[in-house]
Amino acid sequence: MFPRPLPSPNALTAPYWEAALNGELELPRCETCAAFHFYPRTTCPHCGSQNLAWHAVSGRGEVYSFTVVHRAPSKGFEALVPYVVAVVALEEGPHLMTRLIGVAPEAVRIGLKVKVEFKKQDEQTRLPVFRALA
Amino acid sequence: MNSLSEKIAIAGIGESKVGKVPEKSALQLQSDAAHAALADAGLTLADIDGLITTPVRVEAWNMPCGVVASFLGIQPAYLSTLDLAGASGCAMIHHAAMAIASGQCHTVLCVAGQNSLTHKSRASAVQTMAESGAAHAQFEVPYGPLVASNYALIAQRHMHEYGTTPEQMAEVAVTTRKHALLNPNAHMVKPITVDDVLNSPMITSPLKRLDCALVSDGAAAAIVTSAERARDLRQKPVRLLGQGYGLSHSYVGEAPRLTHSGAIESGKKAFAMAGVTHADIDVAELYDCFTITVIIELEDLGFCKKGEGGAFVQGGRIALSGQLPVTTHGGLLSACHPGLGGGLFHVLEAVRQLRGQAGARQVPNARIALAHGNGGTIAIHCTLILAK
Ligand SMILES: [Zn+2]
Repeated sequence: MFPRPLPSPNALTAPYWEAALNGELELPRCETCAAFHFYPRTTCPHCGSQNLAWHAVSGRGEVYSFTVVHRAPSKGFEALVPYVVAVVALEEGPHLMTRLIGVAPEAVRIGLKVKVEFKKQDEQTRLPVFRALA
Repeated sequence: MNSLSEKIAIAGIGESKVGKVPEKSALQLQSDAAHAALADAGLTLADIDGLITTPVRVEAWNMPCGVVASFLGIQPAYLSTLDLAGASGCAMIHHAAMAIASGQCHTVLCVAGQNSLTHKSRASAVQTMAESGAAHAQFEVPYGPLVASNYALIAQRHMHEYGTTPEQMAEVAVTTRKHALLNPNAHMVKPITVDDVLNSPMITSPLKRLDCALVSDGAAAAIVTSAERARDLRQKPVRLLGQGYGLSHSYVGEAPRLTHSGAIESGKKAFAMAGVTHADIDVAELYDCFTITVIIELEDLGFCKKGEGGAFVQGGRIALSGQLPVTTHGGLLSACHPGLGGGLFHVLEAVRQLRGQAGARQVPNARIALAHGNGGTIAIHCTLILAK
């Protein structure tokens, strides 16, 4: 077994990974303009406010774009090939990169409705992935 | 009038041997390129009082500009290390121009490149780029995207919104390869057809192997000085007319639209500063890390309407004899891609075309050229407009 790269949370991003461990998708939201953003940062990219807080989101969205990876970037991913890396547009607005599950690579389309699930990587890490709906 | 326009010139260019060069380290390749550029300009190291370089990705250098200066045995008055990823080549020329215009120094050596291919292995280079390249270490790398996957996400969306086809993308690869075959210092020497591109192994859909840039050893160097000083040097000076930057995002996941790039802004600024129009551009040396990149740059720089880049690259329009010859040295797809140095080769080619020294690939009467660099995942852009 070759290891795959795992996230190393820091003080800024720990809430995201802790929520994921508990099966929740949480994103930073600006308390001034009420817009969500991703990735986590210390300044709202929409209005410049630093008044930010974590909020649970629906975990629902649709495929904004995708690619079927046939050539793994490292040995750890070779067992997964071919796998679908996608950018999902969440209902709340932000996009995020993820992997799709529950769908044959050749059946993936832009606009496909998806819902988050959490895939255990090790004792500290569950990775948000998205399952194709219907 | 912008204070830089027409005051600065590129007076010398040089490149190392490129492709597979296992006998040279990154510093040796850079040194070879630097000495070639000095010889081209008719200068010596003693004339260099400014140095701009970039980090390399194959070794960890503390203060890269200091490492390179010391390897060359110079103590320039002005030193800087620049990292705009693929936009570094164009940006180095602009920073050199600013340093000269503000009186920090007179003659700047810009040099970049590395032994990407033979430093370890091609597989190791691919892994390093995937894990410490443009993808976010926490929120993207764990999902296993290649650098090419980030561009595949762009290509897929562009196909979805505008009907761009794999055949159109393949046309870019075929054209750069034709150009590379006329370049005696190119990594790739075998002609390819659209079918070859379409039948090459799928890497990360819709991008196939021949839609992707090379991994090469090599380095490039340019010598920048004042337009006034350049007049007394060996080569016909190539003047900087316009320049612009544009940034739209840092990571693919946060990009508001994967089909629109910072080239919209960088191009607008460069054309305004140069005071020229698209019809004035005789040759465009566009950054070509992937075939889709060229299509988006043609749109965003304004050579065609948004969504029409796929059709634009067909019918020989970007070939040497076409309406807009593009990336005439063969680019990253076919000539050479040694990390951050890759985009400097595009500047060198623009200079060569404007001097009329491009040999078999010379665009007749090239008077004004555009060189464009793209860093990250169509994220950060630098456009230069140059004239003879
Ligand atoms: Zn806000």
